[in-house]
Amino acid sequence: MFDWLEHMAQWLVYHLLGMNPEDHLAKALDFFIYDSIKILLLLFTVVFLMGTINSYFPIDRVKNYLSRNKLYGVEYFMASLFGVVTPFCSCSSVPLFIGFVRGGIPLGVTFAFLVTSPLVNEVAIGLFVGLFGVKTTILYVLSGVLLGTIAGLILQRLKLEKFLTPWVKEVLANAQRDQERFEEEKQSFKQRLPIIWDEALKILKGVLPYVIIGIAIGGLMHGYIPEGFFEKYMAKDNLFAVPIATILAVPMYSNASGILPIVQVLVDKGIPLGTAIAFMMGVVGLSLPEAMLLKKVMTIKLIGIFFGVVMLCIIVSGYLFNLIL
Amino acid sequence: MNPIITIKANQRDMKHSIQILGTGCPKCQKLTNVVKDVVDQNQIDATIDKVEDLAEIMKFDVMMTPALVIDGDVVAKGRIPTKTELTTWLQN
Repeated sequence: MFDWLEHMAQWLVYHLLGMNPEDHLAKALDFFIYDSIKILLLLFTVVFLMGTINSYFPIDRVKNYLSRNKLYGVEYFMASLFGVVTPFCSCSSVPLFIGFVRGGIPLGVTFAFLVTSPLVNEVAIGLFVGLFGVKTTILYVLSGVLLGTIAGLILQRLKLEKFLTPWVKEVLANAQRDQERFEEEKQSFKQRLPIIWDEALKILKGVLPYVIIGIAIGGLMHGYIPEGFFEKYMAKDNLFAVPIATILAVPMYSNASGILPIVQVLVDKGIPLGTAIAFMMGVVGLSLPEAMLLKKVMTIKLIGIFFGVVMLCIIVSGYLFNLIL
Repeated sequence: MNPIITIKANQRDMKHSIQILGTGCPKCQKLTNVVKDVVDQNQIDATIDKVEDLAEIMKFDVMMTPALVIDGDVVAKGRIPTKTELTTWLQN
């Protein structure tokens, strides 16, 4: 699909700039031009598609659906799935949490949503398609949705209501399930398009610097690190690699979009994909700024349990990936 | 005469009340700046208030911040509207 781009990048580097194809720097530059254009094209496509889906499933509709329907256990999966199409912004996590609690949605279901929403977001999917291809992306999305579902189920079992802050407990006591179906005003796709387009461009602009820097660093590493370099240090049978990768990942949220291109090069050079996926899930799905914000609605203990359970699930899926892939 | 219609008709000359709901994230700040720009550029008579208290924000039944409230109605949530959109809303 991107042959034309590969040719263009090669022509640019080796003909127009007349660089030596054996040169490390030339290889790195070729890789950088090809990769950044390809990834930005795919990123925009995915962000735009997800924005379109989201326009038809706004958060109010999701909440209303989960609040209104008794789904006999499937609601965890549904909440997790809805988390995929909802764009995540850590500053919205608190009002979102309250809105769900107020709608009488069980805490575990709310958590299922809160786990998947950042974990499988439009930017991560776009970058994944560009960096790892469609197959790995589907694997990531599916395991992200499952992970949210399972984490939600576990957290519900733990009966964590007592660890909410007092004012949220009050909201919980007055919670009411929505009775009416959420109806929004009908808008044609043509009316929605400018807003979706505009939002997609804004998202792209926001992550652009990180992605470019990430690809540039990745490009340099690609040219200079020998094949199979990491296999010596991060072999599949190293039991500690997955947990260490997950723990290291949590503080890196703020520049997740820059880290993914670097991880791709590491995988290329021999880091097992399961370990890498665990790392990326940690980077994308768990963020310290979010934890800080959640303090308004949860006690530190609850935030700890929440993050702990999610980390545990990530580590388990890392091991699983290493076993099957 | 229906009193509701009277109120609506008078609104045209009334001062707009704009509220920006957000817990202080960068996006909320950006929304505030865009709103201020539009109000200044079009010399719209309006009060701009930032609502940062969570309990107050939740009264508007909003789950995505920043959200924009004009004359008591939530007109946008979770996104920053364009200047064109803002102008249309505020000049009606």
